[in-house]
Amino acid sequence: MTEQALVDFRANFAKALNDKQLRRNLTKAMDSLRLKRKAVFADKEALERLRSVGNAIRRRSLSKLPELLEKLEKKCTENGIQVHWAETKAEANQVFLDIIRRHQASRVIKGKSMVSEETHLNHFLEEQGVEVLETDLGEYIIQLDHETPSHIIVPAIHKNRDQIAHLFHEKIPDTPYTEVIEELNAIARKTLRQKFFAGEIGVSGVNFAVAETGTLCLVENEGNGRMCTTVPPVHIAIMGLEKVVEKLEDVPPLLRLLTGSATGQMITTYFNMITSPRKPGEKDGPREVHLVILDNGRSNILADPELRQTLQCIRCGACLNHCPVYTRLGGHAYGYVYPGPIGSILTPQLEGLQNAGTMAFASTLCGACAEVCPVKIPLTDILRLLRNKSYDTQDSPTAVEGHGYKKNVSEDLAWKGWTAMNTHPAFNTLSTRMLGLIGVHLPRVGPLKGWTSVRTAPKFAKKSLHQLAKERGLSDE
Amino acid sequence: MPDRPDKAYFFGTCLIDLCYPQAGLAGIELLQREGINVIFPQGQSCCGQPAFNSGFPAEARAVARQQLKCFSKDYPIVVPSGSCAGMLKHHYPELFVGEPEAEEARRFADRVYELTEFLVKVLDIHLEDRGKPIKVTWHSSCHALREMGVVEHSKALVRQLRNVELIELQKEHECCGFGGTFAIKLPEISAAMVGDKVADVRQTGAELLLAGDCGCLLNISGAMEYQNIPIPAKHIAEFILERVND
Repeated sequence: MTEQALVDFRANFAKALNDKQLRRNLTKAMDSLRLKRKAVFADKEALERLRSVGNAIRRRSLSKLPELLEKLEKKCTENGIQVHWAETKAEANQVFLDIIRRHQASRVIKGKSMVSEETHLNHFLEEQGVEVLETDLGEYIIQLDHETPSHIIVPAIHKNRDQIAHLFHEKIPDTPYTEVIEELNAIARKTLRQKFFAGEIGVSGVNFAVAETGTLCLVENEGNGRMCTTVPPVHIAIMGLEKVVEKLEDVPPLLRLLTGSATGQMITTYFNMITSPRKPGEKDGPREVHLVILDNGRSNILADPELRQTLQCIRCGACLNHCPVYTRLGGHAYGYVYPGPIGSILTPQLEGLQNAGTMAFASTLCGACAEVCPVKIPLTDILRLLRNKSYDTQDSPTAVEGHGYKKNVSEDLAWKGWTAMNTHPAFNTLSTRMLGLIGVHLPRVGPLKGWTSVRTAPKFAKKSLHQLAKERGLSDE
Repeated sequence: MPDRPDKAYFFGTCLIDLCYPQAGLAGIELLQREGINVIFPQGQSCCGQPAFNSGFPAEARAVARQQLKCFSKDYPIVVPSGSCAGMLKHHYPELFVGEPEAEEARRFADRVYELTEFLVKVLDIHLEDRGKPIKVTWHSSCHALREMGVVEHSKALVRQLRNVELIELQKEHECCGFGGTFAIKLPEISAAMVGDKVADVRQTGAELLLAGDCGCLLNISGAMEYQNIPIPAKHIAEFILERVND
């Protein structure tokens, strides 16, 4: 069991749906992100070609992942980057703490990293007496409000300008109230700038790690990522082990897909390629660069040929932006670090179906996510697969943790009855007639209760199409 | 354009069988008007999608097998639902991978058409509108849109009707929140989605909502009726037949 085994999905969902301000903020933000993506990918054929390229690159990377990771380690080491392997979240956090302690440091500045959210790094370090400051504007905002990211790309997207204005006024000392965006930015910039100078350890994520050159690529818009990776004397980067790509030439198509899908940008303001610490004679850059490579269940996912496609993800967030469920709930309601469609296929695999399996059911399987995924992850197929596994008690070498957790007699019976009705024509005729006769009088309990809370009950026809077709003399060949 | 067949199977879908038989009949009549001999196998039932999407693939396969049996001859299979057609066309082949019926399921899938797709692509139908002027709006079902790719055919049919003004929804391509058992398993999220869809329908000022899938119709019209919004909803087949018959 994990520390979050008690996520009450239904209560979270209800709370989010009742938060009118949240619904307004999300609708506005998601509409805008969708439009921006559409504008930058105006040529649909070109986009489809690019998606195929992205898919091929990611599949190739995963197909030789162990080899590429070894190569990455070798190249990084040659370049002077120290590589650390972490099998678990706890191991990853300990690597950070050891480095921090070795440098007798107490102030960490961070660029955005979802993997560090996955390991709950901030919480761990703060408990050890280390000050951790988020420097990405969105991350900074939610850190001020003691929140977690509600989106993997735009972590404070659930807040609007007014809410941020109040937050800055209340939480940052000597800050007059303002709703002017430029002024709010200036407040954050001024506050953060001092922290950049004082930071002893810089932390960042990794968007792509290139095996052939040992290069860590970092995509960002604010320059805070560059500050975190160049100003402090020590830089620690953390990545999930799936983030490796084979060659430098794999990067441009993925970068284009990432920025276009995420924020509708042709390219971001900053794109950092980090290949070594400061070299002798160089005037700037960190003296030490570390790379922490986290597994945390990813090699299990890799072992299953279908589920493996989950690891193709480049974390653009387009599936969140286009998901009708995410758009109405926001990220916090999911209760785990990765929300939305990608979260709903990744989290049950990382945390176990018994803990997070509900996420795989929180989808209408409308397919909007798979339609926009830049690397063509078949999200709906994987959601369906995880649903199957939720009822599948059979053990196998690649079984997902918690499989079969949902198996129960009443659902088994219901589906057996449904199967019998739909495989025996006489039984089908009978039950259809029965519904036609008594359907209106069915009590509003069980499945009908949820349905009729916002809709009228289905009206069952007196005569089925089967009957009508027979009466009209349609051939039954 | 594929050859014009003499005969075609009609797969009525379970939801039409139970709640919207008139829509099914309208689909059949539209085919008959074009000279198609419509075959309706009485042993047919459901495409199996409810179980397939709910974590019960073995049960879905058992029901799918029944359809393979009933639609075994080499006629096209016409389906008045993008969602059920998507199940038959795209998911049957994967459902029978490694099963004795694998090849049969693939050949079956090749014969599947969504109704409006069949009317436009295969029959090249031309509609003579005899109805009074009306403003309608159209909801695209997710599977008609993304699995079958037939929404443009459906809308092309509506546009053939000269007295019908089609006003598009602002978020035509967004799911209405039905999702089969989703609406029952997570009713609160489903309610939020259909609530927004109803608001979108209202803002068009249309007098009638059209859709090609009865799941969406059941969901959206049920919500509109619950809110006492006097906008009726109709399956496209029923609407077209009324327009050309009037």
